Amino acid sequence: MIEFYTVMEGVIAFFLVAGGVFAFIGALGLTHLRDFYMRLHGPTKTTTLGVGCVLIASMSYFSLVEGGLSYQELLITIFLFVTAPVSAHLLAKSALHQKLARFESTRGDIAEFREQDEDDEDEDARRLP
Amino acid sequence: MIPVQPWLPMPLLSVLLLAMWLMLQQSLSLGQLLLGGFLALVIPLVTQPFWESQPTVKRPWLLLRYVLRVLGDIIVANYEVSKLILNPRSRMSPVFIEYPLELKEAFTITILASTITLTPGTVSANLRRDRRTLVIHALNADDVQATIDKIHQRYERPLKEIFEC
Repeated sequence: MIEFYTVMEGVIAFFLVAGGVFAFIGALGLTHLRDFYMRLHGPTKTTTLGVGCVLIASMSYFSLVEGGLSYQELLITIFLFVTAPVSAHLLAKSALHQKLARFESTRGDIAEFREQDEDDEDEDARRLP
Repeated sequence: MIPVQPWLPMPLLSVLLLAMWLMLQQSLSLGQLLLGGFLALVIPLVTQPFWESQPTVKRPWLLLRYVLRVLGDIIVANYEVSKLILNPRSRMSPVFIEYPLELKEAFTITILASTITLTPGTVSANLRRDRRTLVIHALNADDVQATIDKIHQRYERPLKEIFEC
C-alpha cells in the first residue's frame, strides 16, 4: 500500500512543476507576442495561475509538515488577484494614452487611437466639477 | 449586519481588516487583537474620503458562486492563452472592443474590469470618463459581439444582481 505521505509528495511536486510551467509560458509570451497589448496577456493570466499553483504546493507542504492549516498563502493569493489586474489596467491605459503601435491585424477602431479625440477628452476633463 | 456608526463608517471593511491582520500575524493573543482592532477602526476613518460609495453585498451566496466561476474561468483562460503562446503557427486576431457598461458604481465596475483582465483572452484597457464604456483588448476574438454577450451574461449580470439590484 502506498503511504499517504508519498501521495502527498507527488501532489505537491505536481503543483510545483505545473506552477513553474505556467510561469515559464507567461514569460515566453512576453518575448513571443507581437505588440504591447498582446504581451500584457501573458503576465496577467499565466503568471497568476503559476504563482497560484506554487502557493497551493506551499500550503499543502507546510500544513503537512508543521501540522494545522497554513493559510498565509491564501492572503498572498488574494493580494495577487487584487493587484495584478489593476497594474495591467494601468499599463494598458498608459499604452493607449501614448498610442503605442498595434499589431497590424488588430481590429477595432477605437476613439483612443484617433487624433482629434485627444481634444474631446481634454474638454471632458475641463467639464468635470 | 453591523449598523453603521459615526466611528465605524464601513463595518465590513473593518471586519476584513481585523481578520487580515490576525491572519498575517498568525496569532490570537490579546495584544494582536487590540492592535488589529485599533487598525480596523482607524484605517476606515482615515481613508473614508477616498471611498466613493460603499458596496453592499446583497446576496452573499451569489457572490460565492461568482468567485468559484471566476476561479474556474481563470484556469480555462490559462490553458487557452498558453496554447496561443506555445503554438507559433496560431493566427491571432487581436481586437479592441468597446464594451457598453450597465453597471453604475465605481466599485462594481472595478470588480468587473479585474474579472475581465483575469479571464480568457481579455484585458480591460481603459474606462472612458463618462463611465459608460470600457475598452477591452482581446487576444483572439473572431466574433466581437459574442465576446461582449459572454461578458455580459457571465460576469456583468451576476455582479449587478449581487451589488446593485
